[in-house]
Amino acid sequence: MSNNNNMDHKYILEAQDLDIYYGTFKAVTGVNMKVERNKITAIIGPSGCGKSTLLRAFNRMNELYAGTSIKGKIMFDGEDIYAPHIDPVEVRYRIGMVFQKPNPFPKSIYENIAWTARIHGFKGNMDELVENSLQQAALWDEVKDKLQQSGLSLSGGQQQRLCIARAISIKPEVILMDEPASALDPIATLKIEELMQELKKNYTIVIVTHNMQQAARASDYTAMMMLADRVLRSGTVIEFDETQHIFTNPKDKRTEDYVTGRFG
Amino acid sequence: MARKTFESEIQHVKDNVLILGSMVEKALLDSVEALKKRDIKAAEQLFEADNEINKKRFEIENQLMILIATQQPMAHDLRLLASCMEIISELERMGDYAKGISNINIRMGDTPLLKPLIDVPRMAQKGADMLHRALTAFVNENVEIAKTLPVEDDEVDALYNQVYRELMTFVIADPKTIERANWLLWVAHNLERFADRVTNICERTIFIVTGEMKEIKSTDDEFWHQQSHY
Repeated sequence: MSNNNNMDHKYILEAQDLDIYYGTFKAVTGVNMKVERNKITAIIGPSGCGKSTLLRAFNRMNELYAGTSIKGKIMFDGEDIYAPHIDPVEVRYRIGMVFQKPNPFPKSIYENIAWTARIHGFKGNMDELVENSLQQAALWDEVKDKLQQSGLSLSGGQQQRLCIARAISIKPEVILMDEPASALDPIATLKIEELMQELKKNYTIVIVTHNMQQAARASDYTAMMMLADRVLRSGTVIEFDETQHIFTNPKDKRTEDYVTGRFG
Repeated sequence: MARKTFESEIQHVKDNVLILGSMVEKALLDSVEALKKRDIKAAEQLFEADNEINKKRFEIENQLMILIATQQPMAHDLRLLASCMEIISELERMGDYAKGISNINIRMGDTPLLKPLIDVPRMAQKGADMLHRALTAFVNENVEIAKTLPVEDDEVDALYNQVYRELMTFVIADPKTIERANWLLWVAHNLERFADRVTNICERTIFIVTGEMKEIKSTDDEFWHQQSHY
């Protein structure tokens, strides 16, 4: 995959006429969406409308589920990541992911990052990389004196920040976050949101959240997803705009109903 | 670290409120100065410049709407942002008073002032100074100053009453001066209302800090209220 990193591309990720299937079931339909570089894009919507399915398509994680396929394209830096010659593993290095339930390895805090970097082929100063990653994840001060302790000994919020540090240690360009704070308490949640504001200086973030207040607080752009068809139960993006517009003056009545709590 | 982004956005709003305040202060002082000098050209420019005040007001209002919609402000934050909405509305109206003075200057045309302006500039100076200190108290959330500042409105009211009596004297002596007296009375009235609105800003500052919304009555209001019951 060419390391294009063409900074002239305003949009680092782009879904074009995207349909996503689980076997013959069309879970997501007709998504056209552009993700702007160094911004936070949130995907919100009611349960079961395909938010996580869409997110996982952006780094081909959905292929870990048997029988998934797509129609249409996902362009990353101007290149179709589903093209036959593209290695999905490399895609996932450049487009990293953080999951809902923090999943640090059963290793030390240090090794969580070092091991990840090592298998990616990192041969430089590991101490520096570990510190740098933990600094960027706003975790360094809390763990610098206990790097040899298990990653599992940390609190939920700290574990999640460790997972973020691990993801960014291999220098992705995009970080996908699938409800990264839904398992965390409100204070830890706010810390993650504040961290995202810092991270977007160097990375592009796409976050799925069922908490629309979180999307309102933390994101620059919001994609509103809903079922396009109640019978076939296929989800689509019904509105996509700057977050401030989605929450002050949405164009689609369904978006208005959702953000004002009148949906359903 | 928590809510650092939100904190800096709140600071940005406060800064913008101060900017709007200084635009209004300047508009008031400049409009009275132009009237004193009978500078119609300056008055026309000031009249148009009120559009900038209105624009700034709406810019801040938009900022506030976005913050309220996206940041779920609670408690003190909510009181602060809600109060900013009120304060910018007050400031916009105060800007209109300055515009009104410029309008009078323009409409007077070639007609000379009925008398040299002495108390009118004093009222303007006092009003602008009160506004400046009220906004400083708002930004610093200084309840003590917010509570004690409104009483200075009595000075402005006293000057207004003086202007009123003086102009009535002119009119009684020579009814042909009524139009010229009326112009000046309107100017003085605008300045008196300007200072009244400073009190409203102080009330909002107290509300932000204490959560209590209480009207601070001016001594003049109390006086007229008692007169009407006599």
